[in-house]
Amino acid sequence: MSENRSKIKTLRQLFLSTLYLSAFTFGGGYVIITLMKQKFVDQLHWIDEDEMLDLVAIAQSSPGPIAVNGAIVLGYKLAGIAGIFCSVLGAVIPPFVILTVISFFYQAFKDSAVIQSLLAGMTCGVSAVIMSVVFDMASGIVKGKDPILIVVMILAFICNYVLKVNVILIILFCVVLGVVLTLIRTRKEAEKS
Amino acid sequence: MIYLQLFLAFLQIGAFSFGGGYAAMPLIQAQVIDRYGWLSMADFTDLVTIAEMTPGPIAINAATFVGNQMAGIPGALCATLGVILPSCLFVSILAYLYNRYRNLSVMKGVLGTLRPAVVAMILAAGLSILLSSIFEGGLAGMMTAFRSASASAALASGFRWRHLLLVIAAFFVLRKWKKVNPILVMTGCGIVELICYLI
Repeated sequence: MSENRSKIKTLRQLFLSTLYLSAFTFGGGYVIITLMKQKFVDQLHWIDEDEMLDLVAIAQSSPGPIAVNGAIVLGYKLAGIAGIFCSVLGAVIPPFVILTVISFFYQAFKDSAVIQSLLAGMTCGVSAVIMSVVFDMASGIVKGKDPILIVVMILAFICNYVLKVNVILIILFCVVLGVVLTLIRTRKEAEKS
Repeated sequence: MIYLQLFLAFLQIGAFSFGGGYAAMPLIQAQVIDRYGWLSMADFTDLVTIAEMTPGPIAINAATFVGNQMAGIPGALCATLGVILPSCLFVSILAYLYNRYRNLSVMKGVLGTLRPAVVAMILAAGLSILLSSIFEGGLAGMMTAFRSASASAALASGFRWRHLLLVIAAFFVLRKWKKVNPILVMTGCGIVELICYLI
């Protein structure tokens, strides 16, 4: 009975924490990972530092939003399938509610010249933010000095932007290429040792 | 069957967006604009801007927004369910493998090769947004203007110099002060544009 009650308490706390994190995290996946560490490692002591690193590794290696992936690993770790359910629900509800409200008013928004000019200006800011992020990521790859990766980057851009090749095809091709390259590399290392 | 289409389109977005955040953008563009035509480029640009200004992952924001626009709240539920389902499956499998082998080296190798492609595709999506913000009708509008008889006149009429200046100024601020909050920069751009409109 008391075990049941403590499980419900964990689930409720899990739901409320992911709800809170999701509602106040602006700026995407990497920010929420830092906040998750503060909340679950430093504050609640639900998981230790090493487990947190594993959690980040899994969340970043999986497709989909990092915040949702992190919530899934955490929920599963603390309370199994019921934990996944609670933490994912907590992570999804804030953006779902906010965007539903915005979507409801979007037509009215769109017809308002004031809102339109505000949005148009903000879009200029968004373009600059995206270009700045791309600049950082691309220079990281160029600095890595791996010719294969640089060629992949240039070819992927041409295929996507100029030739309009399906995005999913490009990703699948890179997954296959990555598997082949990793297998060759591990074989070489095995031969060396 | 709009509900099924929404579910399947966002299932693909969820399943192939590796790297979080912006990585979902090119996939959303491919499905929502190019394939199904649910949003125009202008709507998509607004959506990305709204997603940046509100909390939560861009993929969930997009799923909720597009679902709502196309088929109300049930549509939003279908799209959101679609976008998180691959995460649930993939993360569970990966967590299981990880607990068993304590090694993600193959996965890390694959992600290493995927990253440059993801960067390239974010750049492509970002360029579409940039062009549609500094030129009436985006790339297509620019091409039409170039082809028309009085190209330079058409170009001049569709080109938004103020927006180009705003983008350059915002980019400069972001590069110069790395710690500045991007939301602050975006809000600043919005306010500048609004003031220019009101004057």
